[in-house]
Amino acid sequence: MHWTQQLPLEAYLLLSATLFTIGVVGVLVRRNAIIILMSIEIMLNAVNVALVAFSAYLGTIEGQLLVFFVMAVAAAEAAVGLAIVLALFRTQQTVYVDEINLMKW
Amino acid sequence: MALQVLLFLLFGAGAIGTALAVISRRNPVASALWMVAYFLTLAGIYLTLQAQFIAVIQVLIYAGAIMVLMVFVIMLLNLGNPEQLRERFNPRVVLATALGALLVLQLLVYFVSRPTGFRQLSPEAARLGTTEAIGSVLFTDYLFPFEAVSLLLLSAVVGAVILAKRKLEG
Repeated sequence: MHWTQQLPLEAYLLLSATLFTIGVVGVLVRRNAIIILMSIEIMLNAVNVALVAFSAYLGTIEGQLLVFFVMAVAAAEAAVGLAIVLALFRTQQTVYVDEINLMKW
Repeated sequence: MALQVLLFLLFGAGAIGTALAVISRRNPVASALWMVAYFLTLAGIYLTLQAQFIAVIQVLIYAGAIMVLMVFVIMLLNLGNPEQLRERFNPRVVLATALGALLVLQLLVYFVSRPTGFRQLSPEAARLGTTEAIGSVLFTDYLFPFEAVSLLLLSAVVGAVILAKRKLEG
């Protein structure tokens, strides 16, 4: 059947891969630690798209359960990550990751 | 054109556009607002996959809770004049974008040359996406991971409080 009538699984996987790559590029090019955290969230959400797509196309529920757990872990990651950014800003007065080089050799 | 395809193209283009806006805005507040739009378009993508429960908690948890936390921290940091937020141009931007485009191209070639064979939504999909279906599996077969995640969230809360505290003693 033609793709304009029925989407194959690959359409969702390609969208997921594209969004994940945008997240990777965001982590690589940005200096602001908060925007780097947001790029990590972009990547986590891109993986969720692939998981939900597999779940819906294969007719199994495990993918959607895994998305539920990914969301919980992402919430924990955001809370701890932002606390680290806050602590860094308090001691270094900056959130730009290339100015934080205390542990750089 | 079928409705699922139309909505997929709409929300998919929206998700890619808003994700690009998130990583390209100079001002972190603008990035955070684009991030909210990104989460909302993804909720639309989940709806095209008949995953109602995931779509709703996507809006509640991500667009609601996590982004409020992000905006809150951005406001708290008081990064100063947006004019001074300009990031210096760096050749790694070009390199990272080129490598990213190459990766997507490789995956496109892979998906087109080796189809998975799943051409339509499973007839079970509409039943699987409901709160009832997810809840009944979550609280029986997956009870232990569920409890483990609650422990993880508790330790994250304690860790965040300790990290953000000014002085540990007192």
